[in-house]
Amino acid sequence: MKLLKTLMTGAALVVGLGGVAQAEDKTKVGFVYVGPVGDFGWSYEHNEGRKAVEEAFGDKVETMYVESVPEGADSERVMTQMALDGADLIFTTSFGYMDPTINVAKKFPNVKFEHATGYKQADNVSTYSARFYEGRSVIGHIAGHMTESNTIGYIASFPIPEVIRGINSAYIAAQKVNPDVKLKIVWVYTWFDPAKEADAATALIEQGADIIMQHTDSPAAMTIAEEKGIYAFGQASDMKQFGPKARLSSIIDDWAPYYITRTQAVMDGTWSSTATWDGIKEGMVAIGDFSNDIPADVQASAKALKDALSSGATHSFTGPINKQDGSAWLAAGETADDGTLAGMNFYVEGVEGEVPN
Amino acid sequence: MDISIVSLIATLIVAATPILLAATGELIVEKSGVLNLGVEGMMIMGAICGFIAAVSTGSPLLGFCIAALSGALLSLLFAILTQYLLANQVASGLALTLFGLGLAALLGHSYSGIKPPSTPKIEWFGLSDIPVIGPIIFNHDLMVYFSLFLVFVVWIFLRFTRVGLILRAVGENHDAAHALGYKVIRIRVLAIMFGGACAGLGGAYLSLIRVPQWTEGMTAGAGWIALAIVVFASWKPWRLILGAYLFGGVTILQLNLQANGFDIPVSYLSMAPYLVTIVVLVIMSADRTRASINAPASLGKIFHASS
Repeated sequence: MKLLKTLMTGAALVVGLGGVAQAEDKTKVGFVYVGPVGDFGWSYEHNEGRKAVEEAFGDKVETMYVESVPEGADSERVMTQMALDGADLIFTTSFGYMDPTINVAKKFPNVKFEHATGYKQADNVSTYSARFYEGRSVIGHIAGHMTESNTIGYIASFPIPEVIRGINSAYIAAQKVNPDVKLKIVWVYTWFDPAKEADAATALIEQGADIIMQHTDSPAAMTIAEEKGIYAFGQASDMKQFGPKARLSSIIDDWAPYYITRTQAVMDGTWSSTATWDGIKEGMVAIGDFSNDIPADVQASAKALKDALSSGATHSFTGPINKQDGSAWLAAGETADDGTLAGMNFYVEGVEGEVPN
Repeated sequence: MDISIVSLIATLIVAATPILLAATGELIVEKSGVLNLGVEGMMIMGAICGFIAAVSTGSPLLGFCIAALSGALLSLLFAILTQYLLANQVASGLALTLFGLGLAALLGHSYSGIKPPSTPKIEWFGLSDIPVIGPIIFNHDLMVYFSLFLVFVVWIFLRFTRVGLILRAVGENHDAAHALGYKVIRIRVLAIMFGGACAGLGGAYLSLIRVPQWTEGMTAGAGWIALAIVVFASWKPWRLILGAYLFGGVTILQLNLQANGFDIPVSYLSMAPYLVTIVVLVIMSADRTRASINAPASLGKIFHASS
């Protein structure tokens, strides 16, 4: 019992210290994560960004974070607590925090908020996201070449524009190099549930998929792919250690430069509400090393595609592209505008199934 | 439809085994009159301790043993709090879940991205080659058979043994059991530890076989499902199998239907396992007399010899 008491006192002290040790000139930056920082995917990379902020500013900054915060009402409580604890800048790092962020921001006009992957701004709420779909083009291109069953399995989380955009982008790129390719999509309605992600991967493999793509946060699908001897791509983080043979490449999120810039802006007093959407060019989206299993010519063409996306010579959504129902969306040579992309709620022609509501 | 029923059943068994193990343990705990809501915490402790043991020794079997041990140890904390210090069981159970999740994350810090040794499937002398029955019945790892065997043992124990009768007596009316000279506290502590060991096994099944990897928070609510399944089974061992396999089945079926391109309202299917559980709970509790006959009468009540 004494041990427990000591432990609890210790925990209380640690929590308390956060409140006591705030030197006047320190900038406090808070982070709200949807999964555990040890997920080795989405939340892991955001936390790497947080560490980079600490490293860049040293004593001048103090960071705090809360992990595994459910999307919805509970996140509002966490953000409010952070604001009350004196945070100057709060990053809320999941789509489902959008309305809670706006609500809390109204109550704390002097605190700056940054919401990842959403589309609602306010005077003290910026939005930021990465053009993950550019990365999806590259891995879609590789997958189109590498699949032998012409079936790519796709583990999707929630039917929001960001996820639908990724599906479309991957499909367009894969279909361009392999007209017979098919996408099998499974919606798991969670960002993080390793067991369920693993089950989804198993189901897709049973349905003939020999390459798995995912838009969920844990490396479970990668582990299953390794076990079953098929291919997969790292998502948000490199994930190589989970599938040394299975991993073909990866889409890596690099939030560090953005977090450092924004923290600097708060320190300088130059922070303003912006909507940032950076891609491969700015380095917010990085493509992991190519596996040696990818033939040299495919590696070269994938790299060329990546460079072209980076330079702006090509766009993931370049016409002619029809919507799923066959109606025209983009004319030949036309590229999608950001507004349509940001609110994308339809599949492009060739993707099977319906977008769930 | 080209969904293979055979492989569907084979995978649903794998999906159901962790919750079946945890639910079997919790059934014994609740039969002794204790409500331990810490299943999730004990599961994840089993997941990481079993994982660490299996990785460092290379033996999955030893991993499962350590997992059971760690689950039992963690549950001992709950036992001390609720049985000796007379703390509230609901609050202590919730605390146990939070504590387990945190401690597991701490222990598992350097174990991400490691592949555990694979657990071999049982060799049935070629029986697994029999069409249909082979893959369904004869192509699993030891733990699947063990989980079913455990349900059998628990059933025998509760129904046909004297000790099982005593355990049930303690759960139905601890004062009467105490008056008869049974050691209520000791019996409950042992039951709680058995529950912890089973939950630990269930957790290790996740990290060593089903996923197989260690990720923080990887149980993702499986412990709560196990708790629901005990009520679903109305505290009858055999129905645990029905509940767990039904839950696993709906989960796997909806993923397979999706992968197969069926035009189905996905959001409802994702909800389906939870909806089915709720519906069954409602149906069961609608008949008040029956529900109250099945639930252990002293469930969740604190016992003190003097009162």
